[in-house]
Amino acid sequence: MSDQSSPDVNTNAGWAKPVDRLKSPGVPAGAINLNVEGRQLSGLSAGFGQMWQKTYKVRLSGSPAAPQEVVKVWKAEFPTFWPKGNNLYVPLRGIQPGEVGVINLTAPGGLKLSTGIMVIYADETSFSFMTPEGHMFAGMITFSAFEEDNATVTQVQVLIRANDPIYEISFRLGVGHQAEDVFWQGTLTNLAQRFGVNGHVVQQNVLVDPRVQWKEARNIWQNAGIRSTLYMPVAIVRRLLGK
Amino acid sequence: MTQANIQIQVRSISSTNNHAVFIFDISGEINAQAESVLMDTYTRVNSSGARTIILNFQNLQYMNSSGIGLLVTLLIRIQRQKQNLFVCNLSDHYRQIFELTRLNEAIGIYATEAEALAAA
Repeated sequence: MSDQSSPDVNTNAGWAKPVDRLKSPGVPAGAINLNVEGRQLSGLSAGFGQMWQKTYKVRLSGSPAAPQEVVKVWKAEFPTFWPKGNNLYVPLRGIQPGEVGVINLTAPGGLKLSTGIMVIYADETSFSFMTPEGHMFAGMITFSAFEEDNATVTQVQVLIRANDPIYEISFRLGVGHQAEDVFWQGTLTNLAQRFGVNGHVVQQNVLVDPRVQWKEARNIWQNAGIRSTLYMPVAIVRRLLGK
Repeated sequence: MTQANIQIQVRSISSTNNHAVFIFDISGEINAQAESVLMDTYTRVNSSGARTIILNFQNLQYMNSSGIGLLVTLLIRIQRQKQNLFVCNLSDHYRQIFELTRLNEAIGIYATEAEALAAA
């Protein structure tokens, strides 16, 4: 989680304004923009599956970079740290509160999945995303850097529930968790290398809520994986026709 | 890491329905460093038969996204004990943040402590 003291007390600085529906303008040609435009954010207490808090950390031992510098670079070059095969089309204004980004992911099994994020919070040493309906999980991801024992530590912390029963099955089978772990471990390793450090990722998982929320089972109708799969033939025809 | 800058004063009150209500008067900042203070305070009152916890945010100075994450985990702990979590005296700014994160759909928000107590 983020670890800064208050950057701007009693102002709106740092937080996005509430939105009814997401808008994702300025997505480049070639990006698959599904499951974002017109969607609502998944609530932090929404989602179907068990709630997990997963924390991934890397110490930038030997690097002189301060937390503010690390987060500045992280924001500016955010997609370049993601593992290959995954793209975040960063909004025009970059990682700033209220901005919406479109994500094209390679999911387990080679499935292409189109979804997105909204930047809900950002300050000098942290920023947070929430996910839209249909994403693999409902919840929040917080990226931060802070000082600990004379070194800068970078951290990704996710607080999530699988959004629907299909995603929950993949998490229970370990496929979803493994994909999530590989993704963020790879991201932090790449970020550490940007600062000249061969980082070792330390991970902590906490099962915050072992229950499932059956009232959220109907989220399956918005499953971004299913919708992306159904859209693929359309995307191929469009590409062939040059549209 | 920086030090926690949060103080929580706890008041125990019986609601109009004679339910045990604990009011957390929170001042300072809710961020990652506030975790142990907030959770330890809840652990103490949980063993006292609490039915409802009211977070009084009248003197809240600042809350970041980590603070919102803390409220989510506190909410889950409280729900698992079949207790209620209410908040009161939120500024317009933080009321908007509850709307943004849709926590207003899971946590009872009341303008004043008296209204929260009446609902407890």
